[in-house]
Amino acid sequence: MPVGRLMLIAATIAILVVMILGIIRGVVGPTLYDRILAVNMFGTKTVLLISLLGFVMGRPEFLDIAVVYALINFVSVIGVLHFSDSAVFKHDPHDTESPKEES
Amino acid sequence: MKPKGDRVIETLVNIVLLIFLVITAIAIVRMRDLFAVVMMSGIFGLLSASFFVAMDAVDVAFTEASVGAGIATLLMLTAVTLTGRSEDSKRHRPMWALVVVFITGGLLIYGTLDMPYFGSSQAPVHLHVAQRYINDSMQETGMPNIVTSVLASYRGFDTLGEVVVIFTAGMGVLALLRVERRPGIDQTMADTIFYLMHERHLILRIVTKMLLPFILLFALYVQFHGDFGPGGGFQAGVIFAAAIILYAMVFGLHTARRVVNRTFVRLLSAIGVLLYGGVGVVSMLYGGNFLDYNVLASDPVAGQHLGILLIELGVGCTVAAVMVIIFFNFSGRRNSP
Amino acid sequence: MDTIVNMSSALCLLLGSFLCLSGGVGIIRFPDFYTRMHAVGVTDTLGAGMILIGLMLQNPGVLVVLKLLLILLMTVFISPVASHALAKAAYKNNLVPLSNSNETKGGQSHRNPG
Repeated sequence: MPVGRLMLIAATIAILVVMILGIIRGVVGPTLYDRILAVNMFGTKTVLLISLLGFVMGRPEFLDIAVVYALINFVSVIGVLHFSDSAVFKHDPHDTESPKEES
Repeated sequence: MKPKGDRVIETLVNIVLLIFLVITAIAIVRMRDLFAVVMMSGIFGLLSASFFVAMDAVDVAFTEASVGAGIATLLMLTAVTLTGRSEDSKRHRPMWALVVVFITGGLLIYGTLDMPYFGSSQAPVHLHVAQRYINDSMQETGMPNIVTSVLASYRGFDTLGEVVVIFTAGMGVLALLRVERRPGIDQTMADTIFYLMHERHLILRIVTKMLLPFILLFALYVQFHGDFGPGGGFQAGVIFAAAIILYAMVFGLHTARRVVNRTFVRLLSAIGVLLYGGVGVVSMLYGGNFLDYNVLASDPVAGQHLGILLIELGVGCTVAAVMVIIFFNFSGRRNSP
Repeated sequence: MDTIVNMSSALCLLLGSFLCLSGGVGIIRFPDFYTRMHAVGVTDTLGAGMILIGLMLQNPGVLVVLKLLLILLMTVFISPVASHALAKAAYKNNLVPLSNSNETKGGQSHRNPG
């Protein structure tokens, strides 16, 4: 197997490993902002994964999806931040995971 | 035929993505904080898009990436701001429900034992109509992307039904959640808020201003490139709506309403469906059946091109307008500007 | 010439994967939100850039190289802005960074609310 192809497969596996680390942080992350960070990182890694899969499988049309994905990721993260400003998230009495961290 | 190493890699990627999907689904069910659940469902949508890419279904992956992971997360967030952040605690232990679910699940799994293997060439779905589509699509419609030709031409009635369903959903949201014009906030106050907030969000506003024309241009590219590559009306409409929603979030809902006012958006959603039905009626007037594109021009292939172009445009208009309507109506009910 | 291009493509892919992996390790092991964001925000952009450059050097054709260039430009543009917006929103919503002690050492360790 030529070196280039081997590197592509190694990069795909590395990106999959990083994706699972992102999921772990998304599940565990004590504050809200940890989870938003995890989703943002997951989105960038998905763009890379789709581009790499396009090359591994020999189908360059996948790059259109990667472009759309990068744009939609941005809109999503800005959207989540916009909504996290809302009053509901600050004074909810059931909120056991408050965004304040004490040192 | 692909070499064996490639198939092993693809199987490995498929299995790993499916395991991630299961982990994310379990996390969604177990978490109590609804905001975190929305985040995890965003991750779920992204994983589904990657999985579709790994299975070589490019158009589906496109739609999943734009709708399932982008717009759906935003709309669910607007819903969560209206309902409150945490799930109500359960009052009883649903033992009977669990038993019923297990029995049903077991019966379903037993039912799949009879189905043909995944991707087998003897499966009924591959034998009858699919052969004709794959063999004849290029001569009959002249476009390389078989998914678009099946969606828009061979199965045009189904797509008409889908567009009408989206339009009905928009009308339902309008009927239930329509926000009347608030008397409190008028033009000068809205402008003042706009300029005051400018300092606070300066970087974001500048970068958004530079990105927005690009996103709109890309939506147009996806709309008209659907004949040759992945794309089409649905995806283009969603990207267009995402651009408008980005503008509304960064610059304020009031400013966005001045750019895209209510009447225009409602009219646009109706025009999309009208365009689609109109193409069908026009082909009847020319002597063919409803939605028969062959009679629209002198040459059947040119007629197919014209028909598919017009109905994709109709689909794109309706989808974009309905997404914008839903977002503006949901977020118009929030308390903070 | 051909082997040089192949080697540099492999090298870029390797560097990019290493950077993304270190970002992933950082998001798990760092103690506080702000430090995690530092890890992810920096390595995300550069790792993605390296991987995309490595893909471009694989020599697939003009249109594909253009699209990869587009993705690269957008990632370089979008990723830092998103990190900035995230950090700013967290700070504005009173998320206090982790500090070693509660004593003030010439500065405030607890932000005034509002």
